Amino acid sequence: MNEQAVVETVDLTKSYRNVTAVDKLNLRIEEGEIFGFLGPNGAGKTTTVLMLLGLTEPTSGTARVCGHNPTREPLQVKRITGYLPEKVGFYEDLTARQNLAYTTRLNDLADEDASSVINEALNIVGLSDVADQKVGKFSRGMKQRLGIADVLVKHPRMVFLDEPTSGLDPDGANQILDTIAQMSKEHKITIVLSSHQLPMVQRICDRVGILVKGRLVAEGPIERLGREALGGGRFRIEVQVSQPSPNLDESIRRINGVVSVEKSGDFLFITCDQDLRPQIAKAIVDSNTLLVQMKIQDYGLEEIYMKYFREG
Amino acid sequence: MSGLMTVFWKELADHFCSKRFIILLSLIYLAGLSAVYVALQTIRSEVTGTTELVFLRLFTTSGGVLPPFLVFIIFFIPIVGIALGFDSINSERSSGTLSRILSQPLFRDAVINGKFLAGLVTMGIMLVSIVTIIGGMGLRLIGVPPSSEEVWRILIFLGVCIIYGAFWMSLAVLFSILFERTATSALAAIAIWIFFTFFMPMIAGLVADAIVPLSQSEAQSNPALIVKHEEVERMILRISPTTLFGEAMVTILVPTVRTLGPMLVRETTRMIPNPLPLRESLLIVWPHLTSLIALTVICFAISYVKFMRQEIRAT
Repeated sequence: MNEQAVVETVDLTKSYRNVTAVDKLNLRIEEGEIFGFLGPNGAGKTTTVLMLLGLTEPTSGTARVCGHNPTREPLQVKRITGYLPEKVGFYEDLTARQNLAYTTRLNDLADEDASSVINEALNIVGLSDVADQKVGKFSRGMKQRLGIADVLVKHPRMVFLDEPTSGLDPDGANQILDTIAQMSKEHKITIVLSSHQLPMVQRICDRVGILVKGRLVAEGPIERLGREALGGGRFRIEVQVSQPSPNLDESIRRINGVVSVEKSGDFLFITCDQDLRPQIAKAIVDSNTLLVQMKIQDYGLEEIYMKYFREG
Repeated sequence: MSGLMTVFWKELADHFCSKRFIILLSLIYLAGLSAVYVALQTIRSEVTGTTELVFLRLFTTSGGVLPPFLVFIIFFIPIVGIALGFDSINSERSSGTLSRILSQPLFRDAVINGKFLAGLVTMGIMLVSIVTIIGGMGLRLIGVPPSSEEVWRILIFLGVCIIYGAFWMSLAVLFSILFERTATSALAAIAIWIFFTFFMPMIAGLVADAIVPLSQSEAQSNPALIVKHEEVERMILRISPTTLFGEAMVTILVPTVRTLGPMLVRETTRMIPNPLPLRESLLIVWPHLTSLIALTVICFAISYVKFMRQEIRAT
């Protein structure tokens, strides 16, 4: 606890009339990490982000963003944080550059400095050649990229991205994710990213938190969550053999790294921490059993997600 | 002050570049210039050597078919106010710009204040420019320079016009906060305007008839009853800001108006038909002006509070 966390919440709660959108959330996000906020629609991800930005008042509990209380000092928080809303919008009659210029002016940036900052941001998101076109003609993906540029011109210390890839095609989504990862690395920006899309979170996040019905049901690096969720290794290997010898599963179990072995007929289901296919194959052959086929599945967030969501 | 001026300048630039502004401006110019053209045709025959305050007649003289500029203004100002305000908040909300702007370091009220101020200045520029043009034309064509009292009356007229416009704009801004869709807020504001302009006189008449029934025979014998009937009707009419504005305008621009209620013939016998001094005219419409200002402030205050408390959701 000696290093100050960028985001810290203590029992953060938000209820609307009779619904509790966020229930006693305790969260800690360190400087420079990419934190993924996972959860189904309506789990309270956006509400949490809005509370951290000071756009919504929490019902109880406290939040601190870079040492500031968003409810009491919203301006300080907004000065150092960037926010990309889920359905980001721009003034359609203005060009991309004019839209960003408005943001820089709202951030009290002098006009002389602003133009270089804007050019740099447009370069990063790859919109330099359409900078002087009206935003009304932009595609969804371009607007999303402009949204990231809009966040970048503030030179934020941390950034909240609300569903940054929703409604984008895979190619567009990947571009956005690459930009986000690059942004975090090059500018040392802490990123909080909320999403219900697993693969993207898995790709770039250092740590995830799973939010179900306003409650944080799991939190930590993806591998650890996987192990917790499955009670075993990250990999699941399915082996089909013919005429298995009776002590086969015993010899497989003895391989270093194997977590569990289940046997049903000619099939063996093995969970393990690493890809142990060569060792398993050797064990099968050594026990004079014929190997028919072997399949490996990489356990990802999907399983973790399904497990927690069902529990929630 | 954080952000207020930035929002203000941006909104002002938006207004001036919008098609809406060009349409409104050409409409007002067209109406104003044609009204004054007709007024100029008739003004010569009306004015004799002893007529005072000729210059003001530019705004109040009608020529046969066309109503005077004053009547045009009574109709146009609400439309301008509504047009400049009806989508100020909900369009930003539905296009997703509001949450983005509010996540910038500015006070939330800077957004609504900046927008309101920009609308007010836009409207002010429209009105001042048309009145100045009319004044210039009049000066050239009738050749009578305005006296200082006339200049004051015109300035007060402009001020009241802007306050009246501010009322309609704050009403429209309020609806743009209350209703999610721009079409709904525009229609709601226009409905209120139609109600005050066209239905209020009918309702006032009906209510007056109900409270002070007038039969033909009674009315002949009892003038006090007629006066009472008239007073009730006026009182109800004055709930409507349109009436307040109309009465205030007439009193300020037509200095011979000395009372807004009914007068008995015996009261007028010793009256000298000369124009009232500005101070007296102002005294007559002082309640009107304060009510108009109060209505504007109330509307704006409700919008302000509503906007400050509203949840900012992305969807």
